[in-house]
Amino acid sequence: MAGGQDLLPSERPLRLLDETGRRVPGAALPFPDTDRLLDAYASLVIGRRVNDQAGALVRQGRLAVYPSSHGQEACQTGAALALADGDWLFPTYRDTAAVIARGVDPVEVLTLLKGDWHAGYDPYAHRVAPQATPLATQLLHAVGVAHAARLRGEDTVVMALCGDGATSEGDFHEALNFAAVFRAPVVFFVQNNEYAISVPLARQTAAPSLAHKGVGYGVPGHRVDGNDAAAVLSVLDRAVASARSGDGPQLVEAHTYRMQAHTNADDASRYRSDEEVDPWVARDPLLRMEAFLKRKRALTKARRAEITERAEAVAAAMREGLAEDTDPEPSELFAHVFSSPTPQLAEQAAFLADELSREGH
Amino acid sequence: MATDPTKLTMAQALNQALRDAMAEDETVYVFGEDVGPLGGVFRITDGLTAEFGEHRCFDTPLAESGIVGMAVGMAMNGMRPVVEMQFDAFAYPAFEQIASHVAKTRNRTRGRVGLPMVIRVPYAGGIGGVEHHCDSSEAYYAHTPGLTVVAPSTVADAYFLLREAIASPDPVVFLEPKKLYWGKEEVDLTAPEPGIGTAVVRRPGTDATLIAYGPSVPTALEAAEAAAQEGRSLQVVDVRSLVPFDDATVCEAVRSTGRAVVVAEASGYASVASEITARVTERCFHSLAAPVRRVTGFDIPYPPPKLERFQLPSVDRILDAVDDLQWEDQ
Repeated sequence: MAGGQDLLPSERPLRLLDETGRRVPGAALPFPDTDRLLDAYASLVIGRRVNDQAGALVRQGRLAVYPSSHGQEACQTGAALALADGDWLFPTYRDTAAVIARGVDPVEVLTLLKGDWHAGYDPYAHRVAPQATPLATQLLHAVGVAHAARLRGEDTVVMALCGDGATSEGDFHEALNFAAVFRAPVVFFVQNNEYAISVPLARQTAAPSLAHKGVGYGVPGHRVDGNDAAAVLSVLDRAVASARSGDGPQLVEAHTYRMQAHTNADDASRYRSDEEVDPWVARDPLLRMEAFLKRKRALTKARRAEITERAEAVAAAMREGLAEDTDPEPSELFAHVFSSPTPQLAEQAAFLADELSREGH
Repeated sequence: MATDPTKLTMAQALNQALRDAMAEDETVYVFGEDVGPLGGVFRITDGLTAEFGEHRCFDTPLAESGIVGMAVGMAMNGMRPVVEMQFDAFAYPAFEQIASHVAKTRNRTRGRVGLPMVIRVPYAGGIGGVEHHCDSSEAYYAHTPGLTVVAPSTVADAYFLLREAIASPDPVVFLEPKKLYWGKEEVDLTAPEPGIGTAVVRRPGTDATLIAYGPSVPTALEAAEAAAQEGRSLQVVDVRSLVPFDDATVCEAVRSTGRAVVVAEASGYASVASEITARVTERCFHSLAAPVRRVTGFDIPYPPPKLERFQLPSVDRILDAVDDLQWEDQ
């Protein structure tokens, strides 16, 4: 509860660029400098390439499943770019592009969807929590990480991601409340992509917006056009700065759209029409930023080529890293349940080892 | 820490364990509902806020999932949280956090993220509590891989097992038998008891073995005393550590007598008592003179106070079960 600050979000989502990539006049937000927007653009291109490549890997049978963030790359990018090295990111299963943007090895990220193990990367290496599969539970962990950091006098900020569906879960509300009561430096970043699998936003909430939910907890709410990478970055920068300066948690709702089905296993035609999806094609975050940078003559041919090359390198690393058939080690099933196996687990590990040796493994 | 044997209640021993752990390790944080200035509804955290400050022992909003979820994050980030669930049945809102995160995080992350945290749960009945205050919820936790589950029955165990739980690199569900909170025993806090993962023989005996834990241990000991007066020698094993379970000690005890009765307050169906019965039967079959018997609560929701005596394992029920162990075949 920053002194005197209005907790209610703006009437409409904040915007810096319109759908054609032109600056919106009189925007009540600082406009990020061009270098930062070029970084954002590079991250958008890579994020889109990650989504496309992961989709292809599913079709080739290299990944079991992939929940794509196609269309939400401005949010993915913003979540990673708004953080400092010492900050933490708490992503969900749909935030693979954000995790990669934060610097985690894409192949390690995809361990989960490849089926070799659950979380494939070291959460401490880049301060990225395991991608959360249950909804909203990770928001409370984010509060705990932030509170612990604050108790030690560190200036860590935690960016906690969730979707519109997760705002209906009890843990979303408990997390906002705990964060507010303890003034934990958490930015709750809701990517409202209009759908929780098949269920539209209207069935999740009757609130004026998801950002309005903050007021009940004393948390300032902010709304932003989630397909405007400049606005997302600006709003998240401001929220991170507020949290870091001791103003307590912030709630940011990005209005975006899930362009693809929930995962490759889902059939979106059963619950939404092409007429609904079509207008969102024109709101593509990548094209919008590209149009702006081109018009500003900030995106040189050389720069663009360099970015494309980086994106292709990430895609190639994903293909190469997933090209080999892997054979995860069965004995590892018992290795991490406890810090050291119980006598019962040692017995069961021996049983499995014996079974495997008899099968000639 | 006290240096001489002292008389303490279990509540005081738990309080001392928290106090000593907090004094020794500044990463130990205690929080939950009413644990601050009030000292907890059972006074287990009495005086901790005054001694260590409001940051080390603090009240939270009233939301158990929030308490456990926040503890997960703090444990991820270098702290050793010790949280209190006010009563057994009030822990259920936290169950997703416990089953999906507390229990699984080390495994999910291939051992990279351990969660050194303790969830203290005042549990079980026998105190005339109204509904939702007397559940024996141990089976939910014991069934969940990744959780260490402990239930002390003595004052010394309450102290040492809690100290060990707080020092453990793994998450521990620490079940405190409410009805034993106020019993006083002489305890030497400088002479550690056997650790987590170990069962102990509380009373030697040669004719049959009573296997119990937590609130049922004193009842089993009373039953053994009554049996002794009738000329029957009953051994009593205190399980102490439900996970990991000490098969070796329990089985050695059962083999030495050839007969066993498992005693627990929880409803019997799909219970820890059932698991112990199955384990003992599988491992000690050739030493058994009779099927292992169970004395447990009925498969009913915990009764209202005026009916709870019918639910709790009693000395008579234990002795009746012992009588049923096919003595006539000898």
